[in-house]
Amino acid sequence: MIEVANISKRFFDHQVISNISVLFERGKTNLIIGQSGSGKTVLMKCLVGLLQIDEGEIFYDERPLTKMGFTERKQLRQEIGMLFQGSALFDSMTVEENVMFPLSMFTEMPIEAQRERANFCLKRVNLTNSNKLFPSELSGGMKKRVAIARAISPQPKYLFCDEPNSGLDPKNSIVIDNLIREITQEYQITTVINTHDMNSVIEIGDKIAFIYNGKLWWEGDHDDILITENKEINDFIYSTKLMQKIKHLTTKS
Amino acid sequence: MQLLYHIGRYFILLRQVLRRPEKASIYRKQIFLEINNIGLDSLGIVIIISIFMGAVVAIQTAYNIDSPLVPRYTVGFTTRQSLVLEFSPTIISLILAGKVGSRIASEIGTMRVTEQIDALEIMGINPAGYLILPKIVAAMLINPIIITISMFVGLFGGWIACAGGQSVTPDTYVFGIQSYFKAFEVFYALIKTVVFAFIITSVAGYQGYYTEGGALEVGKASTKAVVHASILIILFNLILTQLLLS
Repeated sequence: MIEVANISKRFFDHQVISNISVLFERGKTNLIIGQSGSGKTVLMKCLVGLLQIDEGEIFYDERPLTKMGFTERKQLRQEIGMLFQGSALFDSMTVEENVMFPLSMFTEMPIEAQRERANFCLKRVNLTNSNKLFPSELSGGMKKRVAIARAISPQPKYLFCDEPNSGLDPKNSIVIDNLIREITQEYQITTVINTHDMNSVIEIGDKIAFIYNGKLWWEGDHDDILITENKEINDFIYSTKLMQKIKHLTTKS
Repeated sequence: MQLLYHIGRYFILLRQVLRRPEKASIYRKQIFLEINNIGLDSLGIVIIISIFMGAVVAIQTAYNIDSPLVPRYTVGFTTRQSLVLEFSPTIISLILAGKVGSRIASEIGTMRVTEQIDALEIMGINPAGYLILPKIVAAMLINPIIITISMFVGLFGGWIACAGGQSVTPDTYVFGIQSYFKAFEVFYALIKTVVFAFIITSVAGYQGYYTEGGALEVGKASTKAVVHASILIILFNLILTQLLLS
């Protein structure tokens, strides 16, 4: 469980996020949604400690992030897995080496055990026979799956995903979404996903936090979001013609 | 002000680089990998440049010695002095600043803009240490060897030029190489090499590590790495020469 308590972040004179409080629960896929520039990426970077918050506190299972020293923070980071927007796989390493990397760095596992764990994780994300390929030889969807395998290989307690569907076709997006949800439930991880993909919102949004102008504007789940009267969130959800049509059909029926 | 900002940030980065490694065995492996990437990959170009420069220095020296009062073995002596004192440690280091510096800055810069450095940080790894320290150590270990090879190959180039020409015999050239030899001069050259190796890798690492933006900025960082490292090499060449030879 991750508890965010009244956090704010500003860059020079620009207040990017202000006074956000939200609870991300364990075993659930928690979504942060919002328009581009609303502050959701900054919020996620604050959550993982890549950016320092100006005010407030973030509790990882009651452990305050800002009070942690260098060693504690380093230990916490070993409990975190993160899927980056561009996958962020290490170009110089093969798929297998990428997945084995966190294990080789922080465990005393023998190389064979590391390889076994990497193969298990790759199998879990339905990626077999790609162990010896380099990231440049993979498709966008495959890269995401390797990134997920790498994120889960050290058995993290917390999983962060920054725009996991960006650059993927709708079919692959659903595969990735379902994979993240399955892994979250199977391993009881606290998963936080940053997205503006409406398919993901409806498909896997166990808990949704809508960020608007750097503030937490709305909270709910994938059922609540379709019936909310909140103007800003409706403007966001029904901004595409497809969603407008769905709304129209739903209202009619 | 901008200069002070960069100097300050460079030293902060160095402090981060010199933090205790997470796992010594991984860093050791990286150092050997970098010895290959930084050092052995540059050997070809160093050998080609050194052999031709040695030959040219020998020919030009022979051409400029007209007086019968100046002994012919001066060609060997001058070639050795030019190569050992200046050409191999400084000029080859400047060439390495171009080749290795741009490679390091673009490699780390690309890792920065593609979030690979963020990924390392999230995993709990010290990215500055993991990415830059093995490169610094590898260059400081391999560059003196490369420079020593450059010296020998350059002298051999001079010998070939003498063997192919008529003004100086190879035996006289070899005698000149052996004349007035001071071991300290080689030591001085190797000290310079180690300092230059540190400058090349740390400056390139700094430029790459703080790259912001995309492909264009990676290119700019790479150019800055070469320019800044070259200026610092020239500056430290003067300082070290003043300190060690005057």
